[in-house]
Amino acid sequence: MSAHICGDYKTSYKEDMVLFQTKFSKFWITAFLIALCVVPIFLDNYTLYVCNMIGIAIIGALGLNILTGFTGQISLGHGAFLGIGAYASAYLVMDLGIPFFIALPCAGLITAMFGMVFGIPSLRLKGLYLAIATLAAQFIIEYLMVHMEGITNGVLGKMVDFPSFMGFSFDTDLKYFYLVATIAVLATMMAKNIVRTRSGRAFIAIRDQYISAEVMGVNLFKYKLMAFAFSSFLAGIAGSLWAHYVTIITPEHFTIGVSIQYLAMIIIGGMGHIIGSIFGAIFMVLLPELLRVMSGSLSGHFPMIVNLFAAIKEGIFGLIIIGFLVYEPDGMAHRWQMIKAYWKLWPFSY
Amino acid sequence: MDFFLQLLVSGIVVGSIYALVALGFALIFKATGVINFAQGEFLMVGAYVCLALVSQLHIPFWIAFVLTMVVTVVLGLIIERVALRPMIGEPIISIIMLTIGLSSVLKSGVLIFWGPNNRVYPQIFSQVPIHLGPVVISQVYLWSVGFALLFLALFTLFFRYSSSGIAMRAVANDQQAALSMGISVKKVFAMAWCIAFLVAGVGGVFLGNINVVNVSLGFFGLKVFPAVILGGLDSIPGAIVGGLIIGVLEAMTGGYLDPIIGGGTKEVIPFVVLVIILMVKPYGLFGTEEIEKV
Repeated sequence: MSAHICGDYKTSYKEDMVLFQTKFSKFWITAFLIALCVVPIFLDNYTLYVCNMIGIAIIGALGLNILTGFTGQISLGHGAFLGIGAYASAYLVMDLGIPFFIALPCAGLITAMFGMVFGIPSLRLKGLYLAIATLAAQFIIEYLMVHMEGITNGVLGKMVDFPSFMGFSFDTDLKYFYLVATIAVLATMMAKNIVRTRSGRAFIAIRDQYISAEVMGVNLFKYKLMAFAFSSFLAGIAGSLWAHYVTIITPEHFTIGVSIQYLAMIIIGGMGHIIGSIFGAIFMVLLPELLRVMSGSLSGHFPMIVNLFAAIKEGIFGLIIIGFLVYEPDGMAHRWQMIKAYWKLWPFSY
Repeated sequence: MDFFLQLLVSGIVVGSIYALVALGFALIFKATGVINFAQGEFLMVGAYVCLALVSQLHIPFWIAFVLTMVVTVVLGLIIERVALRPMIGEPIISIIMLTIGLSSVLKSGVLIFWGPNNRVYPQIFSQVPIHLGPVVISQVYLWSVGFALLFLALFTLFFRYSSSGIAMRAVANDQQAALSMGISVKKVFAMAWCIAFLVAGVGGVFLGNINVVNVSLGFFGLKVFPAVILGGLDSIPGAIVGGLIIGVLEAMTGGYLDPIIGGGTKEVIPFVVLVIILMVKPYGLFGTEEIEKV
């Protein structure tokens, strides 16, 4: 596999835009996809559950990364958008009897519409002010989720069935894994493709210098709204998948804490890198699970650790965010590139 | 009418604490350009520290109050040095996330030390209410309004007349010019965080005396956002006016709308106002408009 070329020998834009630059990466992506199909068969239910949560988080984090990482529009309301997706899909399937595979994209579209409505202020607001506006959106949507009892059943929570397709029900962790994995791969492809099109370049231009972007002929309003729409579409899909997996949803599942977790994912993973969303999602889902395992094994020596678990989890979460921001502000994606660059010419790395 | 006055008074009491916390907010933003999402947790830490001094070490309240102020200043210094200083010049999203991370660390510290249960201050202020015409006010309310106003006045004077206050205003105005005039910007940043932690801590002590003390006090910090935005993020008088307006508005909605629509309206109405302000007049009542040039 003489796959790596040391340097750019591209002679056309088309070559430069190719998704998989080398045979090497094509090989590993294919290997990864095959592994994704085969390995789950041998996993136990708990591991599959964690993998499913990672898959759902990847979809949500991709959405937020398009909005915050690529377009530079800070959103503190991503958790609420997940909630809209979840409730929309639950309402469509449970109350209106629409099949899941139609309800899923519909939930995404409904969330995208909400996202665009809350994206309108972004034309006038930026940075801090936008962050605070989306924070307000988060609280208002939370309030609506509690009070629109006809649709959401309020604080009591809404029961949702596992999705089914032509009589085939995705009712085990394994079956659900294939569903989540397929959609996560599709979402990654979609995100990867969006950022290399005209719209994606417009997003990045807006992030880097919105005034210059406008001068260059980028329609700010259109592209900002588009970023909000893409982002909330993916949030809606993630929310819908989540609702049908946990099978009971209450407004408490979509609080500001969830929004913060998604922001943490893209910061830890790396903003403005598609692979960053994936790393971040894996990290943020695995972290509490690892902590649980560790506290379980330590509880023999320190019995009080079980009571303090929630507090310790919160503290470690905060410390990790601070640590990443101070020492690795570009996130894991940056570290990943450094590692790749190191091995590219290894052992003659100069 | 009596009901209205009663609501107005309780609104002003809560509003004055909002104003105090909003002061810290506006101060940090004005001096350092950082928006502090951990302000509510500062308040919570203040409440818990004072409570621990009073009920666990049995120190008289007023001494404990002063000690709390000392502790919050020291904590403010540490936080500025360890977490905030490396962030100078980083993008806004990083700074927002950093203060959010800070808020979870503080919350977890409080949970580890004091546990998740509700705690109450021992009886400090006499419970005999005071009658002002038709309105009945409990003494703790009067004390908190009094102290809030005292601190607000003190800091207004501080910014106007003391040399450190003037240095802070200079840094807020133009960091480079301030540096060239021999003002240490680092010192000013440290001072801004100390003062913000201090005023939030004082607010926390009084809020703890009015309500119970638990971790959800941290949520108060998010509710101060509407107040600072209404007043204008970088305006200290704006913070005070905004805090009072939001406090009264909240009390009124709680009194008049909650029985009709159902609980929780009180919590969400400041945010509805927030969105409206942001749409109509994003820099608030007294804030300076940012003008960007290419």
